Parts: sequence; C-alpha cells; structure tokens
Amino acid sequence: MAEQVAKSFPLPAGGEQTVLEEVTVNILPGEVVALLGRSGSGKSTLLRILAGLIQPSRGRVLMNGVPLEGPNAEVAMVFQSFALLPWLTVQENAELGLFARGVSKEAAEKEATLALSMVGLEGFEGAYPKELSGGMRQRVGFARAFVMKPDVLMMDEPFSALDVLTAENLRGEISDLWERGVFPAKSILIVTHNIEEAVLLADRIVILGTNPGCIRGEVKVDIPRPRDKKGARFVALVDYIYTVMTNPNAPVGELPARKDSERFPMLPHARVGGISGLLEIVNDRGGREDLPKLADSVRLEVDDLLPAVDASVLLGLAEVAHGDVTITDAGREFATAGVHRSHEIFKEQFLSHVPFVTSVIQALSQKKDGRIGKDFLLNILDEHFSASEAERQFETLVDWGRYAHLFEYDADEERLYRPEEESLHEPSER
Amino acid sequence: MSLNFPRKFFAFSLQADVKRPALGLADFTIGLGVLTLLYVVSRVGAESFVKFSPPDIIPSVGLDPRNLPNYAARSTLRMFVALGFSTLFTFVYGYTAARSKRAERVLVPLLDILQSVPVLGFLSVTVTAFIALFRGSLLGLEAASIFAIFTGQAWNMAFSLYQSLRSVPSELDEMATLYRLSAWERFTRLELPASVIGLVWNGMMSFGGGWFFLAASEAISVLNRQYTLPGIGSYVAAAIAAKDLKALGWAIVTMIVLILVIDQLFWKPLVTVADRYKLELSAGEERRFWLVDLWRSASLPRYAERLIEPLLHKCDRMLSRATAVPSTTQQGRVSKKGDIVYNAVLILVTAGLLFAAVRFVLTEVGIGEVGHAATLGLLTLARVFALLIFSTLVWTPVGVAIGFSPKLARISQPIVQILASFPANFLFPFATLGFIKLGLSLNWGSMLLMALGAQWYLLFNVIGGAQSIPNDLREMAASIGLRRSREWRALIGPGIFGSWVTGAITASGGAWNASIVSELVSWGDTTLKANGLGAYIAEATAKGDWPRIALGVGLMSIFVVTLNRLVWRPLYDMAENKYRLG
Repeated sequence: MAEQVAKSFPLPAGGEQTVLEEVTVNILPGEVVALLGRSGSGKSTLLRILAGLIQPSRGRVLMNGVPLEGPNAEVAMVFQSFALLPWLTVQENAELGLFARGVSKEAAEKEATLALSMVGLEGFEGAYPKELSGGMRQRVGFARAFVMKPDVLMMDEPFSALDVLTAENLRGEISDLWERGVFPAKSILIVTHNIEEAVLLADRIVILGTNPGCIRGEVKVDIPRPRDKKGARFVALVDYIYTVMTNPNAPVGELPARKDSERFPMLPHARVGGISGLLEIVNDRGGREDLPKLADSVRLEVDDLLPAVDASVLLGLAEVAHGDVTITDAGREFATAGVHRSHEIFKEQFLSHVPFVTSVIQALSQKKDGRIGKDFLLNILDEHFSASEAERQFETLVDWGRYAHLFEYDADEERLYRPEEESLHEPSER
Repeated sequence: MSLNFPRKFFAFSLQADVKRPALGLADFTIGLGVLTLLYVVSRVGAESFVKFSPPDIIPSVGLDPRNLPNYAARSTLRMFVALGFSTLFTFVYGYTAARSKRAERVLVPLLDILQSVPVLGFLSVTVTAFIALFRGSLLGLEAASIFAIFTGQAWNMAFSLYQSLRSVPSELDEMATLYRLSAWERFTRLELPASVIGLVWNGMMSFGGGWFFLAASEAISVLNRQYTLPGIGSYVAAAIAAKDLKALGWAIVTMIVLILVIDQLFWKPLVTVADRYKLELSAGEERRFWLVDLWRSASLPRYAERLIEPLLHKCDRMLSRATAVPSTTQQGRVSKKGDIVYNAVLILVTAGLLFAAVRFVLTEVGIGEVGHAATLGLLTLARVFALLIFSTLVWTPVGVAIGFSPKLARISQPIVQILASFPANFLFPFATLGFIKLGLSLNWGSMLLMALGAQWYLLFNVIGGAQSIPNDLREMAASIGLRRSREWRALIGPGIFGSWVTGAITASGGAWNASIVSELVSWGDTTLKANGLGAYIAEATAKGDWPRIALGVGLMSIFVVTLNRLVWRPLYDMAENKYRLG
C-alpha cells in the first residue's frame, strides 16, 4: 500500500529533519497489522500518511492500486483522544460520517444504532459524551468508525488514554469482534507502543526504529486465536520483542548502519530520579530483572520505562540483553551510595559516556564570565535534531548536568553557568 | 449561530414536556416578551428614518426625564445593530484569517494595528462620510454612531474567533477531514461550537465597552457644527450644556437599569447556553439561569421548532451538499511562484503606504508639527502610566481582599462588572464640576477621568487572579508563618501577575481611547483643556482639520502599538512562562 514513503520537516537551523525514511508497508485485506515503535519512531506520522491526512515528502501511497490524493476515503480512524464532539449526542457523533456521505436521515439512524449496539452502547444514544466514562467514549469512537464500513480501520493508540482495566476489557472485545468475523472492516492497522497489545491483536507486527523512523523489521504472529496471554508462545514472543525494542542494534531482519555521529547520541528523556529509581529496584532484585516483569511490577508502560533503561545503558550503569536488564558495578555503586557519592558517580559516568557534555564544560571554562546561553547550545543541537527534540535534549542535558554538579542553569536568563561552590571548594578538597 | 443554539434548547424542552399542560404561564410570559420586543424594535427603528438635512433640520433632545425610555431604547437598538455587524464581520474576517495561510499573513497584523487605533479619533471622518452617504436622512448619523460602536467591538471579537479556530484540537480536525465533513458541517458541527464560548464572552466584554463609544458618538461636533442623534448619550451631552444636574442623575439611573436588563435578558442566557459547548469532556455542574429555565419549560418554542425543524434540516443538508469536499482533492502543494508574487505585492503595497505617509507628513503638516504632536503624545503616555500605577496601588489590595473572600467576591463581582461596562463619560460632568470648583488643572484631572473607565478592568482581573491562587498554597504560606510582606512577594504577587497584566493591557488600551474625551471637557460654556495628544485630536476634530486629525490618530496608533510590543507583550510572555499556576 505505501511505497518508499519518506517524510521530513524543515529544521530551524536549515536543512531538514527526517522523521520517516524510505518506508514501505503493505496491508492486505483480512489482516491485522500493528505498527510498533517508541515515541519518535514516526509511527503516528506513518499512519497519517496512509490515511491521506499528511502528504509524504517523497514516495506515494496506493489504495487498491490507485495513487492516493487527499484524505483516504476507504479509511476510518479511531483516535487516541477519542475526538468526539462534546456537544453532539452519542447517536449524532456516530452518524457524523454518514451525513457527509449523503446517506438519508433514516438510513443513517439505522446504521448508527446497529454500530452502537455492536460496541455495547444500546440505550446511550441520547447521552452526551461528557456523561460517559472514558471506555464508553472510545466505544463511541469505534461505532463512528464502524458505520463507515471502511476497507481499513486505523487505530492510533486507541487504548492508551484509558486506565489499565478498561483498556484490557475493550481490547478484548475488539479482538473478539474480529475473531467472530463480524468486524465491519476488511483490515485493521493499529499503532501502538504496547507490546502485549500488538501480540494480542496483530497478524503481523512492523517494528519501527527511531531517529529517523524506519522499519527495523517484521514479526509474524502465528499464534492461533483466541490468544492466551499466559500461553508459552505468547510469552516467548513478547519477550523476544522486548529484547529487540530495548536493543536498537539487534537485527530484526537487516538493519542499516546507524548514521548518528558518535558525539551526539540522543539522550533518552529520562530524569535522574527515574534512572536511580530503576537501578535501585533492579539492585534490590539481585541486580538482574526481566523487563516485561519489571514494567508490570511498577505498573508502567514500556514507553515510560524504556527511557530510564536506555539512559542507564548509555551511562554504563546497566546492560540489556535478551529482554533482561543487568546492573553494572558502577550502577550498583550508584544505586547504593549516599547522596554525595551518587552525584559524583553520575558525573563520572556522564562525562565518560556523553562526549558532548565535555564540550559544553570546555565552552563554559573558555568563556570569561563562565556562562553560555541556551541559544548557543540549541543552535548546535538543531543541526542534529528537530526543534522540539533539540529542546528536549537540552532539558535532559540540563537535568543531568545539574545533578552531576557540572553546571547550573538560570531559567530566567536562559544561561548555563559553572556552579560557584565547585570553584570555591575544589582547592580545599585537594 | 442561531442554528445550533435552539437545537439544544429544544432537546431539553422535549424532555420536560411530558408533565406539562399544553400552554402555561411560561408561554404567556415568553409570548408577551417576544411581542413587546418586536413592537419596541419596529417603533424605535422607524424613528431612524426621519428627515434630517443639516443645518436646517436637526433633531433636538429634550431634557424631560420622560423622554429617557425612548432615548434609551434608541441607543440600545444602535448597540445591537452594531453587535450584529460585528458578529458578521467577525465570521468573515476571523474565518478567512484562520483558513487561508496567505490571508492570515495580512489579516492578523492588520487586526493588531486596528485594535490600537483610537476609535474616537475617527469619528469626524466617519460622521462626514456617512452623512454624505445617506443624504437627507438621519440614517447617516445613525450609521456613523453604529460604526463607532462597531469599531470598538469587532476587532476583539474577530481575534477571539481566529484564536479559537486555530486552537481546535488537531485530532478533531483530522477526524473532520477523514470523515469528509462538508465545509458547512465542519463549521456548524465543529468550528462554531468550539469557538462559541470565547465569542460570547468577548462579545459581552466588547458590548460593555461599546456604551462608552455610543455616548461619545451620539453628540459630536465636527467641522464646527454640533451633530445630535437622539439617544441617552446625547441626552447627557444636552444636560451638560444646560448644566442640569438632575437630568444627569436620571440618565445615570437609566443607564444602570439598561445595563442590568440587557445583562439579564441577553448576555446571561447566552453565556448559560454557550457553556454547553465546552471542549473538555469533564462532567461539571451545569450552569442555570432563570430565563433559560423559563424558555425550556415553555411549550411555545417547541411548537415553533416543530414547524421549522424540517425546513432547517433541509437547509442543513442542502448547504452541506453545496459545500461538500470533492472526492479527490488536489491538496496542499502551495505553488512557490504564487507565494513569491503574493509577497512581492505585499511588499510593494507596504512600501507605497509608507511613502504616502512620509510624503503626507512632509507636505501637509511639516516635521515641526510632528515633533509637537509627539511631545503631546509623551505627555499622554505619562498620564496613562501614572494612572496604571495609581490604579494598581489602590485596587490590587482591594481586589486581593475580595478574591480571597468567597463571600465578598460573590457580592462584589457583578457590581464590578457593571462598573466596567458603565460608560465613564456619564460621570465626567461631575468630575469636571469638581475640577472647576477646586480650580484643579485638567492636566492632572484628566488622569482621574481616564481612570474612571479604565481602572475596573484592573480590579476585576485582580479579583479573578486572587481567586485562582490555590488554597493549598495559601495554607502553606500561613503554616510556615510567612509575614504579610513576604507572602505578597512570594505568593500573592506572582500569583496574580498574569491576571494583572491582562487587566493592565485592557486598561491601557481603554485609557488611550479615553484620553480623546478626557483631555478636553466642558461644563456649560466653561471648557477645560489638558496638554496631550487626546486634546490635540479632539481639537482638530472639532475644527475639521484633516491633516492634524490624521497625524494625531496615526501617532496615537504608533504609541499604542509600540507600547504593546515593548512593554505588554514581554510582560505577557513572562506571565505565561514564569508565573503560571498549575
């Protein structure tokens, strides 16, 4: 369906940021495909290109063999935030797409009632969305998509705004509809960062890599439906995908060599508090823990857990292999040390593993007033990251740098400066 | 707007329907109300078409208080006609600016400038133009007055619509695109409901401000000639000329009643209904209001709805079909060439305007005059600053005290709102009389006059700001024993800063406009004058000295725009970034 699609946005410092690079996906009638990736993998962008909401910078999208121009008419979408109109009733929301198609009032009412009963909302036709719980709101979102009888039903993280139990419940019902063969769409394309969700629903999982977004490979899920989450094959597959996701260099099929320059590894967006929290838990459990179990026990989604894991790996505080995270010696010391000592360990690891920070320190010491502006650093970062990413990189850098006592940051003046205590205390310490 | 509001009205009246008799007291009240309204409107409207050919036939204003209801009705009609035009303008302008990238580049900065132009400075131009347009009918003066009110309302409202349209959540926008809503459906189902709250609140505020312009525009002297349009504003002007304090008192009472009645019968119901169009899905307490309840409990509206519903539905479908999205759209890909041509035209036009302005200054008034007017501008600027500082010192403690006490706030907030929409120029005569008695120079006195209207914005924003400081923080301050001065510096000051900036921006804008009527005032045949740009414009207007009017108005606009850029925008950004609670 999509051929060699690429998308880039212009960068503030000139040039452009590639969000998606030469991606080809194909969705066949009768299958469920999951796009699995972490934030920044461009999975939502890819979905919107396929839906015709965004134009690709290069490449084209074919729908039933015809190049796509404008919004894809054969597609209906379920949104993360539900995208319901609060001032219309449940029924009116569900009918919305039909009126635009010119369906008569009576026919539209019939269709909507049918779709609403399919998602278990009989009797709620006259209610307003604000009177419903989150799960029921998303059911309206599904009903609105169902009445369109689309070729492809696209879902953009449809369950991630719901609480764990509600999501579980709704996910089960959707997969049930699909398994019973009454699902009112020929194919499903779901974007998610939840590995279990992907394994539960999909026939095929497309794993996306980050920065820039690209396809790392595909995993076929040939577990018979209905799938048992505790079944051995299910658990093994989830574990395998965890391994792949936590290890950006693990092959899932063939991988292109990473182009990122070594000086600018992307800092995972983890706060130091999160990193040390993670390491403490792992250390308490004997220094080694299975990642899915870890995520489960701390009630976190992968997306929330992975930055801290990545950051620990980047700083040499932990290692990841086969879906397990293992604490290193430095990590153990960091996790157990007192406040003062842990700052020092963090500083050492930060300096030795992130070369860019050394340049920042050098720049600070070369300036006469010992200060450099945020703009200066953003200009450098802009050459490697998009504007919003550069901003996040800067925030992470500041958070880590403050913790390591490498520099201070004045948010009012937007300047980095050397901490004064250091220059005062250093002589006496030596 | 009307299409979507009644739908929800009726949906509710249907539910209440079962228990009620066919026609009740509510129907009687509503029926009577509607008929009275129609009668008054047609009667008062007809009076606008009376003959008027200056200088021979000029309508006069009688000071008998019994005339006041009629005058008040005529003024009110003007206000609503202006509001209607403002709404129309808002939809065209705001919608175009939000929909077209190219139009946006011109329309938004233009709005910024238009907002800064002192409306009153333009009265002379518009009065002359409209009288020429409707020769021999009072309609010309009516139009000029309505236009003055319009210019006080429209820019704000258009900006509010533009901002609401731009901040429609992106997923809702994608939903509308993917489900192929026609342009009509997108507008009525998504965009209009999403912006209606902002629009109603903005309309209400602008309407309140409109009384000031109404009062100033009903009686004005242009080209050494006094034009009078019967209405409550001209009644006040006549009372001033006749030194009639009693008549002034009657006018003030009438004005207060008018503001209260319009608030109860028009704005409160609108605000109540608009509240249903909140974007967030959180279930909250529903706003209630007596008139809305009355309407919902009546059955007449329901009969009317049953009659027109099929028709509305047909119109809806027809408009929807007419504006349907074509099945294959050539999307996006804006042509680069077109952009270049567009930019070139823009630059040329701007350069042309600049050239014309410079040429005008050099040939018509001369550099010296510009310097003189600019000096006067600095004087007015100093007054604006002084009044802001003074109002802040006086009203911040009061506002915080009110905001911290729920009971005080409940009582005083409606009063402050009325004070803010009460036209300050009604109070000018009393102040002027005081200045004359005390022998106070208007150079100082005009500051007080400007503050009469402007200070309330500061007060009620500060009240709002104080109310928004979380109780937790105040309890924290109390529990760690912060002293009063420390609490102000650490908590209250930063906590109300954002609201204070909003209030100060409005107050400053209002003060500039007010300077035109505050720096030149009279009582009977005594006239007081202050040195300032406002008096400069007022004098030029009275004499019909076009170059000086243009220079004065232009300079004042430049002052206001510069002030916005150099002072208010940075302060506002600071409030947004640094001192935002939550």
